[in-house]
Amino acid sequence: MDFSYSEEQQMLRDSIAKFVNQDYDFDTRQKIVASEGGFSKENWKLFAELGWLMVPFKEEDGGLGGTAVDLVGLMEELGKGIVVEPIIPTVILGGGIIAEAGSAQQKEELLGTLMEGNLQLAFAFAEPQSRYNTADIATKAEKSGDSYKINGHKAVVLNANNADKIIVAVRTSGDQRDENGISLLIVDADAAGIEKRSYETVDGHQGADLYFKDVTVPAANLLGEEGKALSAIQNVVDRAALAVAAEAVGAMEVTYKKTVEYTKTRKQFGVPIAVFQALQHRMAEMFIEHEQAKSIMLMAAMQSDAAGGVDRKAISAAKARIGKAARLVGQEAVQLHGGIGVTDELDVGHYFKRLTTIQFIFGSTDWHTERFAGL
Amino acid sequence: MNVNFSEEELAFQEEVRQFLKEKYPKHIQEKVKNGLHIEKEDWVEWQKILYEKGWAAANWPVEYGGTGWTPTQKYIWANESAKHHVLEVMAFGMKMVAPVIYTYGNEEQKQRFLPDILQSNVWWCQGYSEPNAGSDLASLRTTAVREGDEYIVNGTKTWTTLGHYADWIFCLVRTGRPDEKNQTAISFLLIDMNTPGISVSPIITLDGRREVNEVHFENVRVPVENLIGQEGRGWTYAKLLLTHERTNIARVAHSKVRLESLKELAANTSNGGPALMDDPIFKKKVADIELDLLALEYTELRTLAAVSTGQAPGPESSILKIKGTEVAQALDELDVEIAGYYCLPFVKEQFEYGFEGEWVGPGNAANAAPTYYNHRKVSIYGGSNEIQKNIICKAVLGL
Ligand SMILES: Cc1cc2nc3c(=O)[nH]c(=O)nc-3n(C[C@H](O)[C@H](O)[C@H](O)COP(=O)(O)OP(=O)(O)OC[C@H]3O[C@@H](n4cnc5c(N)ncnc54)[C@H](O)[C@@H]3O)c2cc1C
Repeated sequence: MDFSYSEEQQMLRDSIAKFVNQDYDFDTRQKIVASEGGFSKENWKLFAELGWLMVPFKEEDGGLGGTAVDLVGLMEELGKGIVVEPIIPTVILGGGIIAEAGSAQQKEELLGTLMEGNLQLAFAFAEPQSRYNTADIATKAEKSGDSYKINGHKAVVLNANNADKIIVAVRTSGDQRDENGISLLIVDADAAGIEKRSYETVDGHQGADLYFKDVTVPAANLLGEEGKALSAIQNVVDRAALAVAAEAVGAMEVTYKKTVEYTKTRKQFGVPIAVFQALQHRMAEMFIEHEQAKSIMLMAAMQSDAAGGVDRKAISAAKARIGKAARLVGQEAVQLHGGIGVTDELDVGHYFKRLTTIQFIFGSTDWHTERFAGL
Repeated sequence: MNVNFSEEELAFQEEVRQFLKEKYPKHIQEKVKNGLHIEKEDWVEWQKILYEKGWAAANWPVEYGGTGWTPTQKYIWANESAKHHVLEVMAFGMKMVAPVIYTYGNEEQKQRFLPDILQSNVWWCQGYSEPNAGSDLASLRTTAVREGDEYIVNGTKTWTTLGHYADWIFCLVRTGRPDEKNQTAISFLLIDMNTPGISVSPIITLDGRREVNEVHFENVRVPVENLIGQEGRGWTYAKLLLTHERTNIARVAHSKVRLESLKELAANTSNGGPALMDDPIFKKKVADIELDLLALEYTELRTLAAVSTGQAPGPESSILKIKGTEVAQALDELDVEIAGYYCLPFVKEQFEYGFEGEWVGPGNAANAAPTYYNHRKVSIYGGSNEIQKNIICKAVLGL
């Protein structure tokens, strides 16, 4: 048993921590959120140069051969700055599904460009009715000759407005919730027939609902085997669940520490409010929740590495337990700040926002609790 | 003990229903029902309709224009209003400053201010909190120094809800020496927002809206006749007002209606196959809230019954504040949960009345998270839930 980070892992963490501390203060983040496209192209280039975009990919795919432990390290550090650059949609989801299901040629074509920082991706898997059931796919792709024709509605596709290519989970056969008959197609984001309803998200990220109307895609854009995509999709969504859970662990650390600091400086009744034991115990709870969250994050990462990729039960355990912690830490941070906690001007409210949405994406706390119990 | 309505009460219920059906403006109903942005004009329009009917002020004494309703009638009104998605009366004039004016104000003040509040001609805001006086309100520093027939007011009030709509503000100010005890130093002053020297700046909340403000006073001259009661008695008056504020805060009827529509929504939300409402964990969460709400409803009725026999709402009203806000916040959270991925889109324009574009997500899913974020305020304002527990410890448990 060994809980120490390797030298490389420590270096990666240090370099992200340095970036977040020096170049990603709250004001900078808010400016980026409000900017065109909602992320900084410069930062993206920097991430590529520093090799962060290579972390989760296997060496044979041109990556750094990152483990799940590396992945959570990356995300935990980014979470400390609630970084909005599209690592999850482009690298973990988009890149992840290509790495998981793509042919050698597809990987070579796309992953290299992605790791150089020159490709933005989105992964359209969810639908309005599907909730967290990745097999619930009504969007149809019909094959005729050398192409597929896609029709349907994909819900809340992260980064879709910035993406060069969108990987779409479609039904090529079977009924709406059949496990078989699900396929993946790589679609150019500007393909004719895609209507985008873009929006910023409540936590400062970007997304869109996508409506496909007779969108024609060459058959060569099929990713993986026709009709057999479900387990790859679930693997990638699970890794994204672990990634945002790790992001939450980082965000919680900052959130509880900021709360402790604030209560030491905020005076009411002639004393710092940190003096009130009613508040002290609640901050002790926040601290405990963060520690527990960090532990279960590492458990899930180590178990996943031991399983050679994704350990569903361990990831569900982590996502569910961390969701519970994120809820408590976020709510308590706002409460203990008082009025200033519900304002847009203070960073804590924005950590709270992200700690909230993380509970409901890639499987909610309850969904993962149930899956954990059933596995 | 008896929970049934009498003949007269049933007739009253019918009258309320009829009135709401005929007179409650549909556009306001639609806004409230769908969580759309409410404008100042909406409140004014509705309140004037209530005034015409003689139902503007359920809690005021009859002599000033109150309805004279019994607790049961108020209960009926609250329930029917909630069911019809009635816009709640803006509290600052009707429920906060008016009771102070009719209880402690002089005859002239009553005549000058109460009719305009009743008819909704004047918009009031509450100037209590300051940057350094939140939970510890008594440490407020805004000063009012008497100079002839005027007070010269200096200081900053903050968190002033809808202060940018307001014509008048009621303030707690310091008239005594800075080191003087609250019991003798704080006064209750009414200030015209148009007086030179007042400036209002916005504070944006987590849902991206302007709801609260900072109000700055720089050498603002206020006629002494705007003082309520006596100098140095403001703290006592304000305390009365705070208990009023708290009895109105449980919002049981409102939460009951929300709970019902939430169940319906969850029954119609696919959970990737079966309905979300059939999910055992979700179902238990809903039931837990319902149990809390049922208990709260009867706690509120017990409190109202006690008040109607002449007892002042005591520290027990803290229970209503704490549990009422906990239930409301739990419902907010379930709304986010039902939205699932659709809690993410932030589509502000969708929540303006008359938006013609396509809505993102089912129903008002896209409003769930902003509302949840915004409503974290309810356990903070009106005396935070921690302060309420301190009150219970001190005043009830004798700790
Ligand atoms: C949206 C919104 C609207 C508002 N509208 C108005 C308005 O219209 N007019 C107005 O005058 N005010 C208004 N308020 C102000 C509100 O009443 C204050 O925010 C509230 O009194 C808390 O004060 P504070 O924000 O300074 O927090 P603080 O008093 O600094 O409290 C911070 C935290 O410490 C806790 N705490 C403080 N003292 C103790 C203690 N002794 N024991 C245990 N815990 C303690 C609090 O509960 C809180 O969790 C509004 C506030 C908000 C958020």
